[in-house]
Amino acid sequence: MLRLFRPIQHHSNLDRPVPMRSPITGWLLLAPTLVILLVFGLGPFIYVLVVGFTNWNSFAADPTAHFAGVQNFRRLVFDDAFLHSLWLTFGFTFFAVLSEIVLGYLLAQLLMRDIPFKGFFRTIHTLPLMVAPIAVGATWRLLTVPGLGPLPYYLDRWFGFDLRIGSFADQAFAATVIMDVWHWTPLVTLTLLAAISSLPKEPFEQAQIDGASRLQVFWYITLPLLKPAILATVFIRVMDALRTVDEVWMLTGGGPAAATRYVGLHIWRVVFPKTDYGYGAAMSLLTLYVTILLCWLMYVALVARRELPRSE
Amino acid sequence: MMRRFPYKPGGGWLTFVFWIVASLITLFPIYWMFVVSAKSRVELFGAPNFIIRSFFVENYTATLTNPTFQRYMVNSIIISTANALLVTTLALFATYALSRYRLVGKENIFFWTITNRMAPPAVFLLPLFLLFTQTFTIGSFSLYDTRIGLVLLYCVFNLPFAIWTLRGIIDAIPKELDEAAMVDGCNTWQVLTGVILPLARPGLAVTAILTWVFAWNEYLFAATLTSVNARTITTGLAEFVTVTGTNWGQMAATASLTLVPALVFLGLVQRHIVAGLTFGAVKE
Repeated sequence: MLRLFRPIQHHSNLDRPVPMRSPITGWLLLAPTLVILLVFGLGPFIYVLVVGFTNWNSFAADPTAHFAGVQNFRRLVFDDAFLHSLWLTFGFTFFAVLSEIVLGYLLAQLLMRDIPFKGFFRTIHTLPLMVAPIAVGATWRLLTVPGLGPLPYYLDRWFGFDLRIGSFADQAFAATVIMDVWHWTPLVTLTLLAAISSLPKEPFEQAQIDGASRLQVFWYITLPLLKPAILATVFIRVMDALRTVDEVWMLTGGGPAAATRYVGLHIWRVVFPKTDYGYGAAMSLLTLYVTILLCWLMYVALVARRELPRSE
Repeated sequence: MMRRFPYKPGGGWLTFVFWIVASLITLFPIYWMFVVSAKSRVELFGAPNFIIRSFFVENYTATLTNPTFQRYMVNSIIISTANALLVTTLALFATYALSRYRLVGKENIFFWTITNRMAPPAVFLLPLFLLFTQTFTIGSFSLYDTRIGLVLLYCVFNLPFAIWTLRGIIDAIPKELDEAAMVDGCNTWQVLTGVILPLARPGLAVTAILTWVFAWNEYLFAATLTSVNARTITTGLAEFVTVTGTNWGQMAATASLTLVPALVFLGLVQRHIVAGLTFGAVKE
């Protein structure tokens, strides 16, 4: 079922001669796709790689690009605003993904039970996945705006809690995490549901016969069997959470001050008005590098220590 | 259906109640948006009221009759449709080539396509902005602020998705069918349109719909790479934020309008959206 990061081996009959199938036709069929992906996918990557090592700034006294070595990167390492936004992004990713995995697992288990209207609940649960991120931000803004949204009103009335995400940094941060949990937990639920439904029956029956407690079954059987699925979901969610921009931009605009200015927002808001292209490119490169590094570290910590678990 | 997971048999009313609560939590933000969109400015003051007594249509008509928003919506429809058609067609060609032809390194190409979908978009904003405004130009024409620019750009994240979704579907069509057609003298185009297309139609439809929705939902590139002519509805929605003294009712109405395709297509594609969002890693 799981085939992430692993090309599929196809059992094609290579020995049999295929009539009239010249590779040239194949490449011609593939060509438009490759051209588009090379020009609009790989092209920008190479471009940002080159620009990152220049001092190009179209509003500077000298608006042409010159090779600047690692000067941009040296500046970046001491850029507190950028480092702060990276740190915030990590925090956001950690809390959001952790909550989504725990909540998604519980919901998936509860969807395994026989209850009426299961398909209906499932369809409703899928809805947030289809909503545009920018509209998700809009709905949560409507919920949390003081004087309009029901959340500040009832929190104040019932608990005396002053909810103003436009003023308090902690509340704004928590609001973005909760919004992300609302938006993406369904993905975790449905992913883990698919994994749980394909679990083998025997280990659980055996454990029941042996009189294992629920906790033991969970820890020694369910979790190890689900590990590949959980890991794949964590990777996908971490990559997505690290690049969150739209929802947060709509909900808080990165504020108050820079409390929710995650790295995507930071690049967008800081670089474009200043047209400091060289520096912005370096910032983009470092972000990409940090994303890859983080995924690699997680991979080493969680997977590579033991043999890569197989799901099939 | 056979219960394959034996360790918690039975449902119980507690689980049922839990799911009702969970569904209410899921629906509540969307419902509240709808409530706000149905009320005038005056009605929105004071304690939150969750019941829609009279529908304030002006919020919707204000958006729908505004020429700027009409243009945004038309742009969104044109871009999403063009992108869905282009992506589905190209992905069909590409998957057919990957599935049926002996090409050097085709599994590496197949895997490489998906890496285009994994990179953070914010990283590519700056290079794309520079490429669109300064490099991809012919005379005075540049890709910046054009619909065709966005259509081509959206291929970068939609093509890999479509290829990974269609791969399994094309592989499942027996080779013998198109080989028989070839022996009968059909050329590649005739095989594709006469044999593969009819058999892959349901899969192609789902791919096209999800591609359409992804393109419709995209915001970041549309906001950065357009200024006036090619703006889409998501950028229009975001523009409400920067205006001081936001008209919440109209913003909610616009947000509701962006939600319509999602609601229309939800039932059709809900079984496939997980595979789509996990790069085809998880099949249900």
